[in-house]
Amino acid sequence: MDDRALMVDGNALAGELSEVFSQEMTMARVACGGCGAVEQLGADHAYIQAPGMVLRCLHCDQVLLVMTRTGDRLRVSLTGTRWMDL
Amino acid sequence: MARAAVRGRLSWALGDVVELIDETRRVRSIVLDVPDWPGHRAGQHVDVRLTAEDGYQAQRSYSIASAPDDARLAITVESLPDGEVSSYLVGELRVGDKLELRGPIGGYFVWDPDRTEPLFLVAGGSGVVPLMSMIRERHAIGATVPTKLLFSSRARDDVIYRDELEQLASAGDGFEVIHTLTRMQPDGWTGYARRVDTQMLSEVAWPASEMPASFVCGPTPFVEAVASALVSLGHPAPAIKTERFGPTGG
Repeated sequence: MDDRALMVDGNALAGELSEVFSQEMTMARVACGGCGAVEQLGADHAYIQAPGMVLRCLHCDQVLLVMTRTGDRLRVSLTGTRWMDL
Repeated sequence: MARAAVRGRLSWALGDVVELIDETRRVRSIVLDVPDWPGHRAGQHVDVRLTAEDGYQAQRSYSIASAPDDARLAITVESLPDGEVSSYLVGELRVGDKLELRGPIGGYFVWDPDRTEPLFLVAGGSGVVPLMSMIRERHAIGATVPTKLLFSSRARDDVIYRDELEQLASAGDGFEVIHTLTRMQPDGWTGYARRVDTQMLSEVAWPASEMPASFVCGPTPFVEAVASALVSLGHPAPAIKTERFGPTGG
């Protein structure tokens, strides 16, 4: 299957993000560490079928955020994000 | 209106299943009584978690179908061929059971009833669910923003909320439904009978000059096609909110 057909919206990450952040995160503005584009998290692209959840830049496909759950641990990687404005 | 979405971290809660409504052959609404439910905004979703006896857990997101003003919370679920969660929810869940859920979730794909732009809602199959929450709220509060729903279904029997949509459209308060039936049409059908395309959108959507707010929800390929067609018709991308289901829908 075409990977793009698996794509959903940043909105789909909102439940997991709500365990980490006290604010509603789909309205947060996220600056891409790759191309610099700024979008609301809910508008960026997400993949939730992988072992982790992945948020990618709507414009350049850079990985912005990865959340991986192992047992009762949740690892959050934000390497690809320049900043978030909540 | 209180911004129900802005508050502390969410936790899992147990809801009581109080009513089950078969919407179509494969689609069922689950009406829940959730103690201390904080309220929601039209377009938000909940996460539902099932736990097997051996501890195995599966989790999915489902859009809220009820209006924020409704007394009870309703989600509408389509049973997918290999859906381990959806097939349980549609086929085996009974009134009196409890369901574990977390929400309300999301603030991006949300209609703010204070907005006055014309609304253009585009649904593919069970993508209609979050849009129905908006339509129900619009009606419940007596809003009159001009609103169109372009609704793509496979056949007449697959049209979710068919009777209610007909009733709402006949209320004369500026709400209109345009159906397209992509696979099978009843005798004498004069409506659209193909997938949503640019031509159809140019005939149905509010012109870009009226600055409508558009919400598009459905399977990923459907949402991609509709959103890019709207952009090609001059609608600015930020005015088009999308919610994709992934490859299968529902």
